[in-house]
Amino acid sequence: MMTQIETILAGKGIYFLTLLLLTLGLYGIIVSRNYMKKLICMNIMQVAVIFFFLCFAQKNSGTIPVAMKHIVHAVEYINPLPHGLMLTAIVVSLGTTGVGLALLTRIKEKYGSIEEKDIIEGEKQFR
Amino acid sequence: MILTALDYRPGIIVLLPLIASCLIYVLGEHILPNYREAITFAAAFPMAALVYSMIPAALAGKEIGFTLLEIVKGVPLQFSVDAAGMIFACVASTLWIVTSCYSIGYMRGHGEKNQTGYYSAFAMCLTATMGLCFSANLLTFFIFFEVLTVATYPLVVHYRDEEGTRSGRKYLAYTLISGQLFFAGIVILYSFTGRMDFVPGGFVNTGDIPMPWMLAVFILMIGAGIVKAGVMPLHSWLPAAMVAPTPVSALLHAVAVVKAGAFCTLRVVLYVFGPEAARFCHGSEILAWMAVATILISSLIAIRKDNLKARLAFSTVGQLSYIILGIAILSPFAATGALYHIVAHAFMKITLFMCAGAIFVTTHRKNISEMIGIGRQMPVTMTCFTLASLAVAGFPFFVGFTSKANIIMGAISMGQPFFVATLIVSALLALTYLMPVVLLAFKRDFYNSQFPVKKEANLPMLIPIMITAACSLILGVMPNFGLHLYGLAAMAGNAIFGLSL
Amino acid sequence: MKNLPAYIVLLPLCSALLSLALSKIHKHLGRDVVFGALVGSLVLSVVQLVRVIQNGPIHYIFGGYKIPYGIEFSVDTINAVIVIMVCMLGVLSCMFAFNFDKNGDALQVGGAYTMHALLVLGMVGMTMTGDVFNLYVFLEITSLTAYCLIAMGGSRGIVSAFRYLLVGTVAATFYLLGVGILYSVTGTLNMSDMAACLKQGNNDSAMLMAMMFLISAFGIKMALFPFHGWQPSAYTHAHTGARPLIAGAMGKIPAYAMFRYLYCIYGKDFKYFRYVLLIIGVISVCGMIYGSVRAMAQKDIRKVLAYSSVAQIGYISLGFAIGSPLALAGAFLHMLGHAFMKGGLFFAAGAISWKYGTFDLNDFGRIYKRMPFTAGLLTVGALSMIGIPPTVGFFSKWYLACGAAQTHEYVYIFVLVLSSLLNAVYFFKVIEKVFVQADKNRKPLHPEGKGVTEAPITIMIPVVTCILMILLLGVFNVKVIDILLISLKGVAL
Repeated sequence: MMTQIETILAGKGIYFLTLLLLTLGLYGIIVSRNYMKKLICMNIMQVAVIFFFLCFAQKNSGTIPVAMKHIVHAVEYINPLPHGLMLTAIVVSLGTTGVGLALLTRIKEKYGSIEEKDIIEGEKQFR
Repeated sequence: MILTALDYRPGIIVLLPLIASCLIYVLGEHILPNYREAITFAAAFPMAALVYSMIPAALAGKEIGFTLLEIVKGVPLQFSVDAAGMIFACVASTLWIVTSCYSIGYMRGHGEKNQTGYYSAFAMCLTATMGLCFSANLLTFFIFFEVLTVATYPLVVHYRDEEGTRSGRKYLAYTLISGQLFFAGIVILYSFTGRMDFVPGGFVNTGDIPMPWMLAVFILMIGAGIVKAGVMPLHSWLPAAMVAPTPVSALLHAVAVVKAGAFCTLRVVLYVFGPEAARFCHGSEILAWMAVATILISSLIAIRKDNLKARLAFSTVGQLSYIILGIAILSPFAATGALYHIVAHAFMKITLFMCAGAIFVTTHRKNISEMIGIGRQMPVTMTCFTLASLAVAGFPFFVGFTSKANIIMGAISMGQPFFVATLIVSALLALTYLMPVVLLAFKRDFYNSQFPVKKEANLPMLIPIMITAACSLILGVMPNFGLHLYGLAAMAGNAIFGLSL
Repeated sequence: MKNLPAYIVLLPLCSALLSLALSKIHKHLGRDVVFGALVGSLVLSVVQLVRVIQNGPIHYIFGGYKIPYGIEFSVDTINAVIVIMVCMLGVLSCMFAFNFDKNGDALQVGGAYTMHALLVLGMVGMTMTGDVFNLYVFLEITSLTAYCLIAMGGSRGIVSAFRYLLVGTVAATFYLLGVGILYSVTGTLNMSDMAACLKQGNNDSAMLMAMMFLISAFGIKMALFPFHGWQPSAYTHAHTGARPLIAGAMGKIPAYAMFRYLYCIYGKDFKYFRYVLLIIGVISVCGMIYGSVRAMAQKDIRKVLAYSSVAQIGYISLGFAIGSPLALAGAFLHMLGHAFMKGGLFFAAGAISWKYGTFDLNDFGRIYKRMPFTAGLLTVGALSMIGIPPTVGFFSKWYLACGAAQTHEYVYIFVLVLSSLLNAVYFFKVIEKVFVQADKNRKPLHPEGKGVTEAPITIMIPVVTCILMILLLGVFNVKVIDILLISLKGVAL
C-alpha cells in the first residue's frame, strides 16, 4: 500500500503540487479583497503553469539539451521545447504583471486605495 | 412548377416605392411639401400602370417574373405574377393613389406634424406589399412580410404620444412574435420538404411530415397571417392601432397590413399546404371555426362602440374573417369569394374610413352620438358612407354581395350549413352596426341645430371618397369591370383546386 | 508577394513601433502612419482572400523551418475572411478615433494608436496562425493592448481594465494548461500535426480535460455566458475611440480559435465530441437568454450593447454546437455580421456622444431630428440585431435555424426565435427613444447650427460603412457562405 502511494507520488506527485499551486492562485484571486494580493495570486497561478510545463519536460537519465560529442541520441537529452515555451510565458507574465502594477498605481491615484470596497465606493462617483 | 417568362416588371414595381421612400426620407425636410408629395405620385402612377399592364398576361394564365439572385443557399429571391397576387397588387396600387390624394387633404387639413416620415413609411409599406404580391416563394414572401411589419410601426406611432407609443408596442408584440414563429415554421417545413415555392394547390403531401408536427407547423405558419388579419383572439392590436391618423387606418385596414395577413393565410393554406394537407392535418377546421367565432363576436362588439373609427375597426376584424373563412372552407367557390373579398372589402372599408376621417377633419367629431344630423352638413360624404355601409352588409348590386355569395356557395357545396348561417347572420349584424350611423346622420329633427351650414371636406379628401364609393357600386354590378378582378379571382380559385375554366 | 501573410501582420507591427517615436515629431504623425499601415493590411488581406479562393489554402512558414518544428501561418477561406473583417474594423475605428484624441499630449495620442495597431495585429495573428503556442502569444498581445485601451477610458476604465486583466490572465493560464496537456500527449505544437497525432492516439480523457480548459479559456475571452462577468464594464468604460474595435472584433477571434480546436484539431472522431457540443450548446442558449434579459434593464446604451454582445456571442457558439455545415457557415456569417452591427452601433452611439457627451438612453429623445442619418443607421443596426430581413442578422439566423433543423435539434430553433424576440424588446426600446420619445434638452459639446447637424465626416464614414456592410452582407450572403463552405466542407459534421 505504502509503496503504491510512494510510486504514485514519485511519478505524479509533482503534478498534484502544481495543481495545488494553481488552485491556490485561483482561490486567492477570487477571495482577496486587496487588489495587490489579487495580482500576486495571479502571478502564483502563472508560475504553477510554468512548473507544469517544466515537470512534464523532465525525464530520467536525460541531460541538458546542449549538443555534446559523445551523446548522439535524442533520447539522452531532455526536450528543450517546453523550456523555450516557458521562457516566452515568463516574459508574457512579466508584461502582464507590469501592466497590472501600472494600473494599480493609477487606481491608487484616482481612488486613494486599492481595497476592493473603497474602489467600489469610489466607482459610484464616476459615470 | 410552370416555367416563368422573363419579365422585370414585378421587380420595377417593387423598386419604385422603395426609391420614393428613400427620396422622401432624405429630401423631405429640405423641399417644399408639394414637391415631396409629387414624389409619391411620381411613383404611384407608373406603378399602377405597370401593374395594370400585366393583367392580360395574368388572365391568359401566363406566369411572368424573374429571379433576382440567390438570397440564401438554395433559395432564390424570385418574383412571379399569378392571378392571386395580381388581385392584391391591383387593389393595393390603385388604392395607394387614392389614399395618397386623401392623405394630402387630411394631413394638411389637420395640420399634422412629421409628414415626411409619414409619406416615407407609407411608400415603404407599399414596397413591402408589392413584394408580397409577387413573391414566388416563402422566403421572399417572409422577407417582405417582416419589412411590412417594421414599416408600419412608424405609422402607428405617428403622433409620438403616450397612447401611440403604447399601441406601437402592442402592434410590435403581436406582429413580431407571430412573425418569428412564422420563421420557425418556414425553417421546419423547409427541412422536411426541401421546397419553398408557391404552387397552386400546395406542395406539401400528406405523408411529408409526421402528423402532430404537421399541425404544429401549420399553426406556426398561419399564426403570422391571422395575427395581421386580426382573427380573434389575436386581434387586439388592430383596434389599438386606431390612434394613428385616419389615412393610416385606411391603409392598415383596407390596403396593406390586414390584407397582407389575409393574403399570407391564403398563400400558406392554399399555395403551400394545399387543400389536401390542410384538411388532413385538421388545420383548416381550426381556422374555420376561429373565423366563425371572430365574425360573430366582432360584430357584436362593434354594435357597442360609440367611436366611429373603433366601430369600423371591429367591422374590419369581422370582415377579414370572411376571407379567412373563405380560405378555410377549401372549395373553389369559397376561394374565389375570399380573393374577391380582398377587393370588395378594400373598396368598402376604405370608403368608410375616409368618410370618418373627413368628418373628423371638418367637424372634429369622433363619436357617433355627436354626429346626429351631420348629413345636412356633409351630404356627399354621408351618401358615400351609406353606399359603402350597404355594400358591407352585402346588399345585391354592391361589391360585398358578389364575394359573400361566392363564399356562401362554397360553404353549401362543402355541406357546411352552419357557415352559411353565420354569413347571413353577420350580414344582418353589419346592418345593425352601420345603419344607425346613417340614420342618425340624416335625422331630420336636428338638421338646423348642430350642423347649420353645408360644408364638405376639402376636395383632395372628397374626390377619393367618391371614387371608391363609386367603385364599390360599379364592381358590384359588373364584377369584371375594368381590371377583370373577378375573372382573376375565379382563375386563381380554379387553379388551386386543379379545375380548368 | 510570397510573404503575403507575414506582411499583413508586419505592417501594423512596424507602424505600432514607429507611432510613439513619430508622435514626438508631430502629435498626429504617428496616427497617420498607423492608419496607413492598417489600410495597407486591409488591402493585402483582400488580395490574400482572392488568392486563397483561387489557389487554395496558403501555408506560410516562418524562417524556413520545416513544418512540425517551425511556426506556420495557415490561411484558408474562413480566416482570410475574418482577417478582412478585423482589418476593416481596425481601419474604421482608427478613423473614428481621430475625433477623440483632441485633449491628450503627444505621448498619449501616439501610445493610443500604438495600442490600436497592436490590437489589430494580435487579432490578425491569432486568426492566421497555425501554431498553438503562437496563438497564445498573439492572444496575450491582444489582451495586453486591450487592457491598456480599456484603461484609457477614464477612472472607471482603469478598474474595469484591472478586473479584466485578472480574469483574462486566468483565461490565458487555462489556455496554456490546455496546450500543455495536448503537447504532453502529442509532442507537437503545430495544429494540423497535432490533429493527425490526436487521431492516432487513444487519449480521450486527456483530450477531454484539455478541452474543458480550452472552453473555459476561450469562453472567458469571448465573454460566453457564465464567463462574461468582465465584459459589460470593460466595453462600457473602454476608450471611446477603441470601443467599436474592442466590442466588434475582440470577442470573435477567440470564438474562431475555439472553432479551430473543436473542428480542426479535435474533429468529429473525438469520443466525447457530442458531449462537448452539448455543453457548448447549453451555455450558449443560457447566454442568449441571460444577455438579452440583462440588456433590457439597462439605461446606458453602452451597457445595452455590451449585454447584447453576451447574447450575440451565444449565436456564434450555438452554431458551433449545432455543427452542421450550414450552421457553422451561419455562425461565421453571424461573426462577420455582428462585428459590423456591434461596431456600427457603437460608432453611432459614439457619434451621439461626440455631439452631446451622453450615453444615457433617456437623453436620446427624438435625436433623429438633429441626426437623421445616425438615427437611421442606428435603426438598421438594431433591426439587424433583431434579425429582420434583409439585414445580415436575419440570414445568419436563417442558416443557424436551418442547420438546427437538419440535425433535428428543434429546441435551438425556438431558442433563436425567443432570443430575437427578447432582442426586439430592448432594441425597439432604443428605436422608440430615438424616434418617438419627447425631445430632451441636450447640451451640444461643439457649437452647432439649426436643423440637421451630423457628426464630422470621420465619424460618419465608419457609421455608413458599417451599415452598408450589414445590408450588403445580408443581400449577398450566398457569396460569403460559398466562400466559407469551401473550407468548412472538410471539417463539419
